[in-house]
Amino acid sequence: MEIRFRHDVDRAFADAKQQNKPIILDFSAAPM
Amino acid sequence: MWPDDRVSSFVAENFIPARVHVKDDAAAFRQYGEKYTAQWTPTILELDSEGVERHRIEGFLPADDFLAQLILGRARIAFQEQSWEEAAKLFRRVYEELPETDAAAEALYWTGVTRYKDTNDASALKETARAFSTRYTDTSWAKKASVWT
Repeated sequence: MEIRFRHDVDRAFADAKQQNKPIILDFSAAPM
Repeated sequence: MWPDDRVSSFVAENFIPARVHVKDDAAAFRQYGEKYTAQWTPTILELDSEGVERHRIEGFLPADDFLAQLILGRARIAFQEQSWEEAAKLFRRVYEELPETDAAAEALYWTGVTRYKDTNDASALKETARAFSTRYTDTSWAKKASVWT
């Protein structure tokens, strides 16, 4: 199962607030 | 870390996952890196729904340790929300399912705190201190719990 990370972080923050759901924010240098 | 099915399932059930890549999302990486003082990769932040940091994981971890840290962080968010039952359930999950990880002792400590906050019964702290007399005895968490005996 692959995690579908969002790259629009502002949108992710807005959705988290609206859904009252926590966020994982990954600062990554891994190959994409 | 991320490809582990237990990790991806836990993330999908509990979080909105977002990523900023040092090269591919350079502007966002700088913006959020400054906001949260993330100066190394990988850095994984567990934020509450308001964007407040509740737990931080810096550097690579094997899957068991990473999952334990993720659960610990989610438990801290539940603790902050005073969702005591949910927090205790998650803290227990760390040391029951992943007892060999570094997070387990911390989770045992916070289980005691959570039970105390929920019930205002000091015996929860004493029981936790007793548990540390046989488990995780060489950890800083055992030292912190020793005051409860």
